[in-house]
Amino acid sequence: MRCGVIAKKVGMTRVFAENGSHVPVTVLQMENCQVTSVRNKDKDGYTALQVGVGSRKVKNVSKAQRGQFEKAGVTAKAKVAEFRVSDDAVVEVGTTLGANHFVSGQKVDVVGISQGKGFAGAMKRHNFGGLRASHGVSISHRSHGSTGNNQDPGKVFKGKKMAGHMGAARVTTQNLEVVATDAEEGLILIRGAVPGSKGGYVMVSDALKAARPDEAPFPAGLLEDAIAAAAAEEAPVEEAQAEEATAEEAQADETPLEEAPAEETSSDDAPAADDAAEEEKGE
Amino acid sequence: MNILDRIGQKEMNKVLADRDIPEFGPGDTLRVDVKVVEGTRERIQAFEGVCISRKSAGVNSSFTVRKISYGEGVERIFPLYSPRVAGITVLRHGRVRRAKLYYLRGRTGKAARIAEKSRERVAKTKTQATA
Repeated sequence: MRCGVIAKKVGMTRVFAENGSHVPVTVLQMENCQVTSVRNKDKDGYTALQVGVGSRKVKNVSKAQRGQFEKAGVTAKAKVAEFRVSDDAVVEVGTTLGANHFVSGQKVDVVGISQGKGFAGAMKRHNFGGLRASHGVSISHRSHGSTGNNQDPGKVFKGKKMAGHMGAARVTTQNLEVVATDAEEGLILIRGAVPGSKGGYVMVSDALKAARPDEAPFPAGLLEDAIAAAAAEEAPVEEAQAEEATAEEAQADETPLEEAPAEETSSDDAPAADDAAEEEKGE
Repeated sequence: MNILDRIGQKEMNKVLADRDIPEFGPGDTLRVDVKVVEGTRERIQAFEGVCISRKSAGVNSSFTVRKISYGEGVERIFPLYSPRVAGITVLRHGRVRRAKLYYLRGRTGKAARIAEKSRERVAKTKTQATA
């Protein structure tokens, strides 16, 4: 079981699929999503990762939380949440998660705080039918009607659906499809709507009821992996300008790093990326 | 530019790389080439009629084309940046004084005619659009 991520809901737009059909998508943005703490079996009785996202002014963070962030060595986070993980999916504290944590086509569950509706009547809150428009009904067209019997039982049963506060509650939407991800900008595009208002934080994790695809990185998609992969893609182009012969070899070496472990990509590609950067400066 | 605009712009550029969008507005007679999938084969079907409205909203932009088919009015709303729209051709520039020509729905035959825009006017609007 992998860790999930926290992302900010940016809003909805549309993209066009390969076959020309249009896909409504919700755009989620991951901003500086880091592991802030690890819960382990010995100390806490369960295994989980605490993840934080966004940034907050230090003066607005409570003293207790300031200490926690300091211990983790991360900047103050706007939103913090825990994700239960299996023992083999634990990631180090301070690791930055990227949008490459998910792959397109994957199914995810999204948890958010739904938009508040205030005090709502029974028709809106529980889809009641209301009363008739005519035939003697007065004033109470949208009322819920009877709430029970008479002297026996002599009370309204607990849990009776009535008017009351609606929305602003934790809502999980299951099996939403990831349409695309952009690790560099930290964007996740999800088909359809997700709970919550724009600017709100939502928690995205692998779908409970659908198998995780094999391409999805385990134990987590790291931002540095995505940057290394992007640099590796650019590097052959840069080298091609200088030496065409070496570029082909480099391309052959560097392209199949989809699932390559982090150490290999960082050690091999980092110098190449540095070279590319230097070349650009020189020009 | 915010994130949503950037994603929209990317989608728009994808389509603009394949085809140009001519300048047209309400009152213009258009031929819209639409990609249609029939079984396994894909072919292009033309829809010819008067543009009666345009909606400008980034990647969500669309336009409505109205024609009379076998005596029955037919309207189709095309997303401007849909990859299914293979091409748009302006057949005739019409002179109208309204942005939405919904009044055409109640009219047929002679009453539904639209005068052609003179060449000077077409040139004028084009320079205005480019300026």
